[in-house]
Amino acid sequence: MNVLFDNLPALLIAVPLFCAFLLPIIGRFLPQIRDAWIICASFAASLIAVITAFTVYTKGTIVYAFGAAAGSPAAPIDSGGIPFRIIFTIDGFGAFMLLSAAIVSFAVVLYLVSSQKERSGKSEFYALYLLLTAGIFGMVSTGDMFNFFVFLEINSLAGAALVSYHRRGGIAAEGALKYLIVNTVGGLMVLFSIGLLYAQYNSLNMAVIASQMTLSTLNIIALVLFITALAMKAGSVPFHFATPDAYSVAPSGITAVMIVASQAGLYGLFRILFTLYGDTFNTVTLGWIIIVLGVLSMVIGVTMAIPQKDVKRLLAYHAVSQTGYMLLGVGVALAVLGDPVAMASYGQTAMEGGLFHIINHAMYKGLLFLAVGAVIYRTGVWSLNKMGGLGHNMKWTMIFFLIGALAIAGIPPFNGFASKLMIYESVFAFNPALSIIAMVVSILTLASFMKVFHSMFMGPQLPEYAEVKEVPKLMIAGMVILTIFVIGFGLFPDLVVNNLVAPAGDALINKGAYITAVLGGGL
Amino acid sequence: MIGDLLTGYGFWNPLVWIAVMVTGLLIAWLIWRCGESDYDKGTEQTKPYLSGNDEPEKGAVHIRGGNMYWGFTHALKGYYDKLIPLHSGVVNDYLAWFLIGVIVIFVVVIMV
Repeated sequence: MNVLFDNLPALLIAVPLFCAFLLPIIGRFLPQIRDAWIICASFAASLIAVITAFTVYTKGTIVYAFGAAAGSPAAPIDSGGIPFRIIFTIDGFGAFMLLSAAIVSFAVVLYLVSSQKERSGKSEFYALYLLLTAGIFGMVSTGDMFNFFVFLEINSLAGAALVSYHRRGGIAAEGALKYLIVNTVGGLMVLFSIGLLYAQYNSLNMAVIASQMTLSTLNIIALVLFITALAMKAGSVPFHFATPDAYSVAPSGITAVMIVASQAGLYGLFRILFTLYGDTFNTVTLGWIIIVLGVLSMVIGVTMAIPQKDVKRLLAYHAVSQTGYMLLGVGVALAVLGDPVAMASYGQTAMEGGLFHIINHAMYKGLLFLAVGAVIYRTGVWSLNKMGGLGHNMKWTMIFFLIGALAIAGIPPFNGFASKLMIYESVFAFNPALSIIAMVVSILTLASFMKVFHSMFMGPQLPEYAEVKEVPKLMIAGMVILTIFVIGFGLFPDLVVNNLVAPAGDALINKGAYITAVLGGGL
Repeated sequence: MIGDLLTGYGFWNPLVWIAVMVTGLLIAWLIWRCGESDYDKGTEQTKPYLSGNDEPEKGAVHIRGGNMYWGFTHALKGYYDKLIPLHSGVVNDYLAWFLIGVIVIFVVVIMV
């Protein structure tokens, strides 16, 4: 049993990969157990992620060197202090992201098993799904820059393949192709930046690079490329264009997990800004860059959402808008990183608000995509102009959608309100105008979701939807899981912030702790 | 107290909020109960009154998504006329924006 617990970080990747590679074989020879296999595989992967996160929260940062004997230091004695093996470094921030990904990926699998029942090519579809899960887990766990790039590529390729899986007359393939091209260019920029760092520091280990980071021209170029490429992965304006194109045509369950996949890009961005570069650069300038990206994302995302007629495209623009809140909160924390008084006064709260919004967004936006997917599953209609009165026949779906809509609009007592309130108050102390913009965007979000809710569920029962009925129980189960977290995180925000979010924020702010965990006091 | 989330200026407690809301709803329900019941199900009074006109088909009375917020988008026509064409769907444009972003951020980082 100890062997399993000692190798949790390896299992985090090995289990979804192993199960993914077996899926086509199972689909070929034992198709009757395929659904059970994918549910068990996803449950096992999520359970490992949760146990890993719990271990980090209770015992501290996990440093796992692949290929090294248990208990040996990350940097072998004869290596000159440089850890040359691939290392996973999972601290509070990584654990936090693992939790978010684990919850959503398992909830979505339950939903997919039912919603994809009548589709062909399920073995490969689920294999790609597990690859996507492994890519996300890897991105938020690794302590090696090149390894980060590999998982980023797994994430992007599996995501693009899943987006295009159901062709929808070619538009799914087009959306996936745009997503793939844009993310490949971003991935190449990340690789180029990693090359610049490797050329200077002879190491790919994040802790080693962080401990030696200096203000050089090459490092500035690498930083700018990291920011733009990872902001593009996260779907931030003005790099967001492929996001609505891909989200709107992907199978709905996949879109829900694509939210978490894009948040892994956000993880990379924050990890590089705080841990790799930290206070080496002028953090006020960097903070303001992130804040401006956040404000642009919030405003342009929500204003583009309002006129949309395609319900999934509308949700995709709201995903862009919500990413802005996270960037705003964490950007303010970055801007005051060098000012201990401001950091203690409001920077820490801004950071926690931004990070809390990440997990909240994963839950409620996942729920919204699943609920909308349920409507599309029964009606086959994407256009809000053609929907109406579905609340008569799909009561559970309507309730789930309403909960998700109230949460994203920041209506108490749901989870979105708690994180937005933290962002509003802390950002107000930094710059009142930014806080007012955030509140106005929230009002516009509420207005937009009133339109969607009314268009889909309200009004008299329409004759064309008279035969529509509620979705199968497994799809309901997927939505129930996310609803529990939307309500639970909203009712007990203090428990979530104190036990899950604050350690994540501390891990980002305290760059030295990350370096010490890997190098044991530095090189 | 359980549920107290410190937000910088103050705190937020959803459990207290729910207790206040439930109390408010209870008071509203008590006031409503004091009223006189004059609702007769299945009579003329339950039909919609449309100035003496016949009730249209159910599908015709539902306000569709496209009919909502046209005033908002009309008022911001200048803004939308510029914003929507930027979302051209052409991947070359997407990459151009990426390039512009790289240049702008690089200049800002160097200059400031």
